[in-house]
Amino acid sequence: MMSLAFWRNPRVAFGILVVLALAIAAAGAPWLSPHDPLDQDLLNSFQKPAWSGGDAAYPLGTDSLGRDILSRLIYGARAALIVAFVAALFAGLLGTALGLAAGYFGGRLDVAISRLVDVWMSFPSVLLCIVLAAVLGAGLHTVVIAIIVIDWTRFCRVVRAEVMVQKSHDYVASAITIGLSSWRVLGSEILPNVAPLLLTLFTLEMGIAIVVEAILSFVGLSVSSGVPTWGGIIQEGRLYVNQAWWLMALPMTCIVVAVLGLNALGDGLRAALDPVKSK
Amino acid sequence: MSINYILKRLLWALPTLFGVAVVVFVLVRVVPGDPIAMMLPPGATQEDVGRLRASYGLDAPIAKQFLVWSGDVLQGDFGASISLRDQVLPLILGRLPATLELVAVAVAAACVLATLLAVLGVYFRGRWPEVAVDGVTGFTLAIPDFLWGLIFILVLGVLVPVLPISGRVDPTGAFDPATGFYIIEALLTLQFAALADLLKHIVLPAAALALPLAAALTRVLKGSLADAMNQDYVTLARVKGYSRLRTLWQVALRNALIPTVTLTGVQFSFLIGGTVLIEHLFSYPGIGNLAIAAVIQRDLPLIQGLVLTFAVLFILTNLIVDMTYSALNPKVKQG
Amino acid sequence: MTALLDIRDLELRLNARPPVRLLRCVSLAVQAGQSVGLVGESGAGKTMVGRVVLGIAPANSRVTGGAVVFDGRDITHLSESGRRHLLGREIAFIPQNPMTALNPVERIEPQMTDVLRMHLGMTRDAAHGRALALLREVRLREPEKVLRQYPHELSGGMRQRVLIAVAFACKPMLVIADEPTTALDVTVQKQILRLIRELQRNSGTAILFITHDLGVVAKLCDHVTVMHSGRVLESASAAQLFSNPAHDYTRALFAATPRFDRPGDLLQPIPAALTQRLDEEAHVLDAHVRRNGE
Repeated sequence: MMSLAFWRNPRVAFGILVVLALAIAAAGAPWLSPHDPLDQDLLNSFQKPAWSGGDAAYPLGTDSLGRDILSRLIYGARAALIVAFVAALFAGLLGTALGLAAGYFGGRLDVAISRLVDVWMSFPSVLLCIVLAAVLGAGLHTVVIAIIVIDWTRFCRVVRAEVMVQKSHDYVASAITIGLSSWRVLGSEILPNVAPLLLTLFTLEMGIAIVVEAILSFVGLSVSSGVPTWGGIIQEGRLYVNQAWWLMALPMTCIVVAVLGLNALGDGLRAALDPVKSK
Repeated sequence: MSINYILKRLLWALPTLFGVAVVVFVLVRVVPGDPIAMMLPPGATQEDVGRLRASYGLDAPIAKQFLVWSGDVLQGDFGASISLRDQVLPLILGRLPATLELVAVAVAAACVLATLLAVLGVYFRGRWPEVAVDGVTGFTLAIPDFLWGLIFILVLGVLVPVLPISGRVDPTGAFDPATGFYIIEALLTLQFAALADLLKHIVLPAAALALPLAAALTRVLKGSLADAMNQDYVTLARVKGYSRLRTLWQVALRNALIPTVTLTGVQFSFLIGGTVLIEHLFSYPGIGNLAIAAVIQRDLPLIQGLVLTFAVLFILTNLIVDMTYSALNPKVKQG
Repeated sequence: MTALLDIRDLELRLNARPPVRLLRCVSLAVQAGQSVGLVGESGAGKTMVGRVVLGIAPANSRVTGGAVVFDGRDITHLSESGRRHLLGREIAFIPQNPMTALNPVERIEPQMTDVLRMHLGMTRDAAHGRALALLREVRLREPEKVLRQYPHELSGGMRQRVLIAVAFACKPMLVIADEPTTALDVTVQKQILRLIRELQRNSGTAILFITHDLGVVAKLCDHVTVMHSGRVLESASAAQLFSNPAHDYTRALFAATPRFDRPGDLLQPIPAALTQRLDEEAHVLDAHVRRNGE
């Protein structure tokens, strides 16, 4: 996987760049932001971005309450990354565990889990998301739980299918014949072969999580306006879009770039790790 | 596709509907935040709250509430909306046509666009149009409908205001429809000015919904088309004297649609869920728009009615997709 | 007498690195009304010859020398539109695999009337009538029913008959048959071969029979050409070839054919030494061609 071709692939390079940028912004938010994101300065509200005539002290302009947008975006990156990572991780764990069980043990367990997935997926996910958010109240933990609850099925289905394919391979049969317990087989034989797929799903899921967080913020069900989130900034921007279009455009650009980057990384990983297709 | 088969499918869907109803019922009753208290003026006493709650039947245990509600639903009574003070079923049915029209336009647009792009990509195999199609598809696919809606509002509604970004029809216009299906009615009664206005309003929300679907369809269809073009029956068509375009359009496409429907069928039902956000973004008066407000206001009867409606639409969409598959594949036609 | 189909020194190369020669200096002639067999093992290049004539050689291959002349016209590098008027009308094709050669989502009728309406300008009803007549010629019972059916509702033998009917529909001057019976049961093979021979004789169409089966060639062909590794080894009338084969390879082919009337005999594979010699000869020929510039 770590061949040169992998790193040279422009899509992968772009994806890694984006993830790095997000990570740096998230980790270094307090030092990178020129201002405190919550600092209001009503005299300086609706400043344009520096390149179109605004104050250089506010490189990307200010919002309705005079808060520096660049700082808010950087802190928003922190929120986005944390949510994306945690949500994708736990959705992945839950979905993978159930998918492994269903695919490997088959039988009634498989039927039960598959039926569960079917019923689960017949909920309009957006609606379920919003209902959950209303139930759990505002806060980043809400967003994370909502994503886990809704999207574990994505991991489950894919992992189940992959496990069923792997199970039919000879190396599994031989592992079982030499007396390895089911858990050993799953852990040491099947999981390593499923792992590359999981990595791809993980990056894709992170992209989805960022968008879901933005949606919930936009609808007002994420965090209080204390913690800046990209979706929240967009929602504020929507209200003032006629006076200050950049309020909406800038956070949208951040989300689009983040999602594109994560998708590119996921696609690149998939292409690089697929031994059949890597030609 | 016999009536029998359709009925059997609908019957199969009932347990799913039941499951959905139960889950939602329980979920919204666990909600913090009391809708009853929100309905009364600040000076209301506990007694008043208690009486109002009883009048909505919310003081009984959950299981009993569910039985009462299910019984009512089976008789066609979905209860009354707490926030909008109207009967739920007429509320939903009144707005359903708007959503159905939006979904129909989005699906049609997505299918047409996907077909054109896929055919273009395969006809120019290996040359720049194919690369362009792949690039556009990849980009569009990565951005979900919600973001597209925002982009359209920003770019085509505010920065370069060419299209309206809210509502379904110009309120000052002279359009006075008798049914909820505005577009169909305007078309049939030849009111072209009204039709133009309606189409202008539906373009952006439909496009936001259609683009991710179109991207997914294009990707799969293009792959299936490329596969089909390698088949023996395509070679025979060429050898019979068909032009390359005719082979692609008339022979390969029909065959490529079959695996495409199988692989992307589920995406169409996702579109139904997408209307919740898109209608909210564009203030489009369909059932999706009701949903967010209903949740925020904890309007329990309305939420239940809406979720059930969405579940039914999901199931119907899947049924239509299956029927389409049967129609396309002669080997499956018997049943 | 000028041949109907005249292939002269045809060279076909695959665009690989290094380039692979598929056809080496292949020359072949089919006279009007004649039945010519093109024989060889799999990979000998015989199918490629047919594909080049029809213009459906693999996309990553190209003709690097020689010419294909049909009815006095050079069709080696024919344009797309030129080829469309030729194919189906003057040159027709009987494919190898009847199970995959018909469009699975279309009924039989449009798959037969398309060439009639496209090339002969027939109306729908006229084409329908002619399609019925064609199906009767290929001995399909209940032709009305067959026209309404889908390919998956017909057996392999029936589908091949339909394909043969399609080939002869516009009364072409030349039919190229690419192993038309390989994919069929042995019992059906005989009937199909008999049918093709009969149709060919009745209509005076020339036929290029591509096959690895010597038995087929013996029964049906006036003239035979033997190929190996992309080049022609021997070309003679059927009578002469079978009674007095000139090339070692041809003799080895005969010897290798299992004899149903002598089941006790050991099978005689083509000697490896012979194959090796032929490959070496081919490479010498390549070097020769390369040296003489290209």
